[in-house]
Amino acid sequence: MSTPEGPRRVRVTSPRTSAARRPIIPTGTREIDEQTRLGEIYMLSLVQSQLRLTLAVIGGVLLVLGSIPLLFWLVPPTRTLSIFGLPLPWVILGIVVYPVVYVAARIYVRNAERIEAEFTEFVGRQ
Amino acid sequence: MSSAISLSAIGLVVAATIGIGLFGLRISRTTSDFYVASRAVSPRWNASAISGEYLSAASFLGVAGLVLVNGADMLWFSVGYTVGYLMLLVLVAAPLRRSGAYTLPDFAETRFESPLVRRICAGLVVGIGTLYLLPQLHGAGLAVQTVTGAPPQVGAMIVAVIVVINVAAGGMRSITFVQAFQYWLKLTALAAPIFVILLAWHQPTGVLDSLHGAAAEWAEPLSRAGGRDHPLYATYSLLLALCFGTMGLPHVLVRFYTNPDGRAARRTTVVVLALLGLFYLFPPMYAVLGRTFAPDLVASGGDTVVLELPGRVFPGTAGDLLGALVAAGAFAAFLSTSSGLTVAIAGVIDQDLLRSRLREWTGGDYVAVNSFRIAALIAMVVPYLAFTVTGALSLADTVGLAFALAASTFCPLLVLGIWWRRMSTTGAAAGLVVGGIAASAAALINVAGAPQGGWPRALVGQPAAWTMPLAFITVIVVSKLTPDRIPAGTARSMVRLHTPEAVDVDRGLPPR
Repeated sequence: MSTPEGPRRVRVTSPRTSAARRPIIPTGTREIDEQTRLGEIYMLSLVQSQLRLTLAVIGGVLLVLGSIPLLFWLVPPTRTLSIFGLPLPWVILGIVVYPVVYVAARIYVRNAERIEAEFTEFVGRQ
Repeated sequence: MSSAISLSAIGLVVAATIGIGLFGLRISRTTSDFYVASRAVSPRWNASAISGEYLSAASFLGVAGLVLVNGADMLWFSVGYTVGYLMLLVLVAAPLRRSGAYTLPDFAETRFESPLVRRICAGLVVGIGTLYLLPQLHGAGLAVQTVTGAPPQVGAMIVAVIVVINVAAGGMRSITFVQAFQYWLKLTALAAPIFVILLAWHQPTGVLDSLHGAAAEWAEPLSRAGGRDHPLYATYSLLLALCFGTMGLPHVLVRFYTNPDGRAARRTTVVVLALLGLFYLFPPMYAVLGRTFAPDLVASGGDTVVLELPGRVFPGTAGDLLGALVAAGAFAAFLSTSSGLTVAIAGVIDQDLLRSRLREWTGGDYVAVNSFRIAALIAMVVPYLAFTVTGALSLADTVGLAFALAASTFCPLLVLGIWWRRMSTTGAAAGLVVGGIAASAAALINVAGAPQGGWPRALVGQPAAWTMPLAFITVIVVSKLTPDRIPAGTARSMVRLHTPEAVDVDRGLPPR
């Protein structure tokens, strides 16, 4: 956490010494508003972090879901295999898939909010 | 089945819907209330309402019927309907809410700065919405026919009239309450008969007989029990259409604008996923029990299995009461989805077609809310007429085509529009047109008479696996060819779509 002394000290030192120190840059939000090179980099890093998270979740879910028909296709006994008195395909597609999707959603939201909190703290810092 | 008890149950649902709708009218005051409930609905209410709106006739009646007739491969329908919300969550939920747009054409216009892209989107919203309203009306007709023997037009007419009254009266605010109520009604109506059957049955193994043994080929995946060639391709294509079509359904999108902010939009979606998963545990059970207690329905298409099963298992009063409950739940399904679709279509008709004309005709002397009400009427009359002309297509088939169309048009527009800063306006328009034409052509061929077997039939019957990549590639290639047509405000749009509300930046639009 930054302390309020940081920016106050900036005003009494020379611009040259301040130029080397990050907290002295006015704010990340101004960089973004004025669409400077730096502001664009801030935005790019936010969008890319979120996109990486999104693609990881989609990749994981589609990989798991997509391999289920392939499993049934390549290993025919799995089509009739019985678990707790129910055929395996019915257990997976009728029951198990829903809690898995819910957990994936929870994990996604937690990470997406973490990325946003870090971004907010970073660019909002004076 | 006793029609008197069922009819009074349907009557109760209708009365409750109108009652809650009128309650909403008292608190709906502004145009913003009508469109998006003034964006002030809490995640829990909103999640119930989203689920209530989403679980349509296709989910309530169609999934059980499909599984009954075509077997385990059809379980992918309910999986896809649910995973579609996960895709929506990770790809578009928060950015869409932050876009500051009321409707999908609004989003397209502010992101791509083009009235042309806006008009194409408006046309697609009306098209997809109408395609999705058809099976709702069909389901309503089927339900009333099963209960009373009346012709299908009667049930469809009842739903159409009630929806128009309710939407025109209260708009989005009252719809939110109505739909939240209807989710819980639908879940109760679907779950109660199953619990009663399982409790009343002394040997639970007998109930599951249809899943095992020599006659259980239908219960195997990829078994061609549905008479389809290339079941592996069909399964993947269906999964793709459902996963990526959900985000492009107009009533789903409108619903997201009612969240207070992007973070709430995400949290709401997580609750929705839990509610959907809970609901989808039940339709397959109807199919399994239906194979044992109502095997004759396999030949007749199966769409009525949910409605008929309670009466088959318990002849007499218990069956009548449970049957009435299910009929009431089915009606809640038609009413809620139709209401959501009508709000979405009416919003677009109002903004893009009607309001400017009304302003011309009346010289500015009109009330915006009345324009929305007229639009609601138009939004329902068109699909009703289409319903009386086209007659009956299978519930899930029509819905599947609506999903494929959405996955081939709005999905690329939203996903690339939100995540890819080099997307050009020309690319957006080209993707919508190419994806829209390819998916609609497949739908039309299907309706007119699908090719006999083999790959042509598989490709036309489940088009998403080729139409959706085609649309994405079109957008990307055309955007690369027209770099000078990248919207000037793209950087600002990215800021608006992705920065959390807590950061105080210029979002390029006045806050709404």
